[in-house]
Amino acid sequence: MLDKNGIARTIARELKDGYYVNLGIGIPTLVANFIPSGMEVQLQSENGLLGMGPFPWEGSEDPDLINAGKQTITTLPGSSFFDSAMSFGMIRSGKVDLTVLGAMEVAQNGDIANWKIPGKMVKGMGGAMDLVASARNIVVAMQHVNKAGESKLLPRCTLPITGLACVRKVVTELGVFGFDQEGFVLLERAPGVTCDYIRDKTWGHLSSTGQEPEIQWG
Amino acid sequence: MHRWRPEDPDGPGWIWPDGASYFWDSTRNLNPNPVNKIYADADAALADIQDGATLMLGGFGLCGIPEHCIAALVRKGVRDLTCISNNAGVDDFGIGLMLQARQVRKMISSYVGENAEFERQLLSGELEVELIPQGTLATRCMAAGYGMPAIYTPAGVGTEVAEGKESREFGGKTYLLEMAFEADYALVKAWKADRMGNLVFKATARNFNPLMAMAGKITVAEVEELVEPGDLDPNTIHVPGIYVQRIVLGTQYEKRIEQRTIRTPLS
Repeated sequence: MLDKNGIARTIARELKDGYYVNLGIGIPTLVANFIPSGMEVQLQSENGLLGMGPFPWEGSEDPDLINAGKQTITTLPGSSFFDSAMSFGMIRSGKVDLTVLGAMEVAQNGDIANWKIPGKMVKGMGGAMDLVASARNIVVAMQHVNKAGESKLLPRCTLPITGLACVRKVVTELGVFGFDQEGFVLLERAPGVTCDYIRDKTWGHLSSTGQEPEIQWG
Repeated sequence: MHRWRPEDPDGPGWIWPDGASYFWDSTRNLNPNPVNKIYADADAALADIQDGATLMLGGFGLCGIPEHCIAALVRKGVRDLTCISNNAGVDDFGIGLMLQARQVRKMISSYVGENAEFERQLLSGELEVELIPQGTLATRCMAAGYGMPAIYTPAGVGTEVAEGKESREFGGKTYLLEMAFEADYALVKAWKADRMGNLVFKATARNFNPLMAMAGKITVAEVEELVEPGDLDPNTIHVPGIYVQRIVLGTQYEKRIEQRTIRTPLS
C-alpha cells in the first residue's frame, strides 16, 4: 500500500520536461517534492503565479506572495505574475499540461465530485470546476475508500458533481487506474496489494487481467 | 523615467491660447484643474455609498484586500450590501469585519471557508450566498471591464451551477452563458498609483484587483505608495487611470497572513 508521499511520487512520473502543472491542495501539493532533478516544470498557482517556488525561509515571508492554499511561498527564476482572469484563461485554453487534484468521489465514466457534501457547510468550489471543465490532463490523487469504508471509485458519483467525464487517471494507496469505455482499468498495483483486494475496494466497473505489475518508481 | 521639469527649456511648452496646458504639466501650475483623483482617506472616498449597494472587493484570501476601505465601510455602517469577492475574509479581518457588523446581505464568492460567523449567518438565513466557480467570477468581472455583456465558459456544465442557465454548444462542447457583473463600486488594493489613477500591483496581491478595478462603475483604489505622474513606467502599468475614479493612500497595512508556511532545513 502507498502512503501519501507514495501516491505523490507515483503521480510525479507523469511529469515531463517543460510541463506547466497545477497542483491542488492536499496530496497533490506533495507532487512538487518529487519533481526529478534536472527537469524543468513550472507550477501554476491559480491565484496568479507561474513558477511557484518552495516555502520561504523564516523571516522572509511576504504576505503579498501566497499560493492558492493561502500559504506563503516564493518565486523562482522565470516566474511570472498575472491576474485571476488570465490565470483561468491559461487553464481554460488548455495551456496547463497536467492538473492534479483531490476528490471525494470519481465515477467510472470520469465524473468527479469534490466540492460539496449535502448537509455540511458548503465552502465553495474555488477553482475546481474551472479546472475540471477545461484541463486536458487531469489526475486525481485520493484515498481509495472513505472514512466509512466505502469505495470512492464508483459507478456514479453520489455527491454533487464538480465536472463531467474529465478524469484521465486516478492514483490511490491501492494502485493506478485509467479509464476505458466500460469503466476503471487497473494499470498498476501498489506494492503488496492483490488485484482481488483492489477489485473488492472498487465499486465501479473495474477491468483487470489479474497480472498488473506493481508500481515502480525507477 | 524621464520627467519634464519646469526649468527644462525643452519641456512641453504647449500652452494654448486660453492659458491652459493641455499636456500634463502640474509643476508649471499652468493647468487650472489638474487631474487629481486623490481623496483624503477611505472615509472620504466612500462617503456616497448607500445601503443596498453592490460592491466588488479585490483580494484572494487576505492577500491584496482593500483593508482600509473595509474599515471605512464598517465605520460608515452601510447595510444590505451585496459583495462580490472571491472570499469572505476570516472572522476578525477582511470582509469578516463587515459580516460581524451585519452589513452584508449577499456574498457572491467562489470559496467562503475559514469563517465561523459567515457560517452562522448563512445557516440562520441572515445572509444569502451565491457560490460560483473562481474562473467564472474572474471572467464575469473581466467582461464588465471590457464592456461585454456576457461570456461563455465550460465551468459548471453538468453541475448545480448550470441550473437555470442558458447553454450553447461550440465545437461539440457545452458552455454556460454567464453575465458580466454590474457593481456600483469596486474597492481594490494596489501597490502604487499616481494621481491620474494608473495602478501597479505587487506579486499575487494582484489577483482579482485589476479586473474589479476595470469593472466598477466607481472604482476606489487604495494604495501603499503614491507617486508623481511619470514615475510609473508606462510599460509596467497594470490598470490605466481611465478605469480609476478615486485613490486613497493607505498607511500601516496589516497584511495579515492566513497560512504562514516556512521552509525547514530538512524539507
